[in-house]
Amino acid sequence: MFDLKDLYQEVIVDHNRSPRNFGKMDNADRVAEGFNPICGDRLNLYLKLDNNRIADVSFDGSGCAISTASASLMTDELKGKSIVEAETMFNDFHRMLTDDKPHDMKQIEQLGKLAVLLGVKHYPTRVKCATLCWHTLHSAIEGKKTPVSTE
Amino acid sequence: MNRKNIAPEIPATKLIFDVDAIRADFPILRQNIHGKQLVYLDNAATAQKPERVIKTLDNYYREYNANIHRGIHTLSQKATEAYEKARVKVQHFINASSAKEIIFVRGTTEGINLVAQSYGRTRLKTGDEIIISEMEHHSNIVPWQLLCEQTGAVLRVIPMNDDGELIMEEFEKLLGKKTRIVSVGHISNALGTINPIKKIIKVAHSCNAIVLIDGAQSVPHTAIDVQTLDCDFYAFSGHKLFGPTGIGVLYGKQSLLENMPPYHGGGDMIKMVTFKKTLYNDLPYKFEAGTPHISGVIGLGEAIDYVNDIGFDTIAAYENELIDYAIREASAIAGLKLIGTARDKASILSFVMDNIHPHDIGTVLDHEGIAIRTGHHCAMPVMEHFHVPATARASFAFYNKREEVDLLMTALEKCKEVFK
Repeated sequence: MFDLKDLYQEVIVDHNRSPRNFGKMDNADRVAEGFNPICGDRLNLYLKLDNNRIADVSFDGSGCAISTASASLMTDELKGKSIVEAETMFNDFHRMLTDDKPHDMKQIEQLGKLAVLLGVKHYPTRVKCATLCWHTLHSAIEGKKTPVSTE
Repeated sequence: MNRKNIAPEIPATKLIFDVDAIRADFPILRQNIHGKQLVYLDNAATAQKPERVIKTLDNYYREYNANIHRGIHTLSQKATEAYEKARVKVQHFINASSAKEIIFVRGTTEGINLVAQSYGRTRLKTGDEIIISEMEHHSNIVPWQLLCEQTGAVLRVIPMNDDGELIMEEFEKLLGKKTRIVSVGHISNALGTINPIKKIIKVAHSCNAIVLIDGAQSVPHTAIDVQTLDCDFYAFSGHKLFGPTGIGVLYGKQSLLENMPPYHGGGDMIKMVTFKKTLYNDLPYKFEAGTPHISGVIGLGEAIDYVNDIGFDTIAAYENELIDYAIREASAIAGLKLIGTARDKASILSFVMDNIHPHDIGTVLDHEGIAIRTGHHCAMPVMEHFHVPATARASFAFYNKREEVDLLMTALEKCKEVFK
């Protein structure tokens, strides 16, 4: 049986309690809004770009522990990454949470700290919580004006 | 066990209610979730089904599945009889004056949409007003917004106080010559507030407005008498009343229904069709186009029999004690805040906890085998009022026990451990 502690790992609880890169960025180049209509989670993502690189990233909003920790971990990992690298990471992260096949541990290692969210895979109803920030990031990169929704 | 023969001289609060015997009627309750005995506290979303209802559905499909109101063969006759018998059961259940006033729909949502479109669209014009309340479920908001878009009518909202009670003085101020329709929930699904619908109906009628009551949350907990209430429409769903999903009831006063155009066109709702002119069927068939949810109707009839056999006096007395106990216990948990503290409250416990999002509460509780609902409960304006994105909601039925309340409280303490 899957243990609750595998979902709410210490790192996740910590990032939920004190999220990194939390707050509005006044001089952001891109801003996008994410919304999960089922649970009411809302998230704003702020990006500062330097050519095709993410110079700075922050977020604010309200959400559950999984959604907050995921956004906190994501923003930590993204700083300094190129847009292409960020999109690849999104794909790998999404695959980690939704793929039925056994995990490729090598791929998961590449996700760095994000790997602590692997437990979410066992909670299909919570996958949207973990991916909301990534969908919002994608929307910010694309420069979309309408809020992104997980539905 | 004969539940009908509970001695009337026993005071209501001391009724002998054998909850374990009741629980034995619900096969789904006999299972483990994550290795723990299931504690089902999501009854406001949908209630579980007693064996009798499940057997009735099974029996219908095994023994007499046939289309109704048309075949002359034996099975069709049998199905038609059972279907119409269920209509009479519903009629008596809510004390309607005629079975013609009972329209079978998919659920409360469809019932409200039917009234908005059939009654509202033909009668309302620019500047007319529709009054709803701040605590409505989305299904009692959006159909009226659609109607407003179509007709130019204006939506007015009765505000509530911070206990989650309607502010009646504000309601009376909103009422006026332009008010055409008042549509409010009997019991709030997000807060548990029991609204003073009798008074609302009376006051609205004094302004010649018609009143629809959204009874989705009330029919499982309290006896309904539409004649005493004098409401014009009353809508409810079968699945919250221990019946099947996909079936519900719209009650409407015959005088109103007679003069309303059909909602859907199709078979069974006509007397004669030519390309020039179609003659609509009489009530209630005018509003039941196409093959209906026959098994659902028959199953709902059985669910009503089941609830009647226990009796609403018994149900209400037991549930009131249970919710009082749950409120008392929940109030003792540090960091827990109840949302919805109306004096008159039904079996719904909505709450938030310091620094723990309702969804995380939901997942931790699920691990303990406890099913609750978390989210905005399709009542986003209510969440806005209380400045919360969501709440956790435990909702009770008469098969729930005090021990389950205790398990819920223990699990909530565990949530605090996980996120400390």
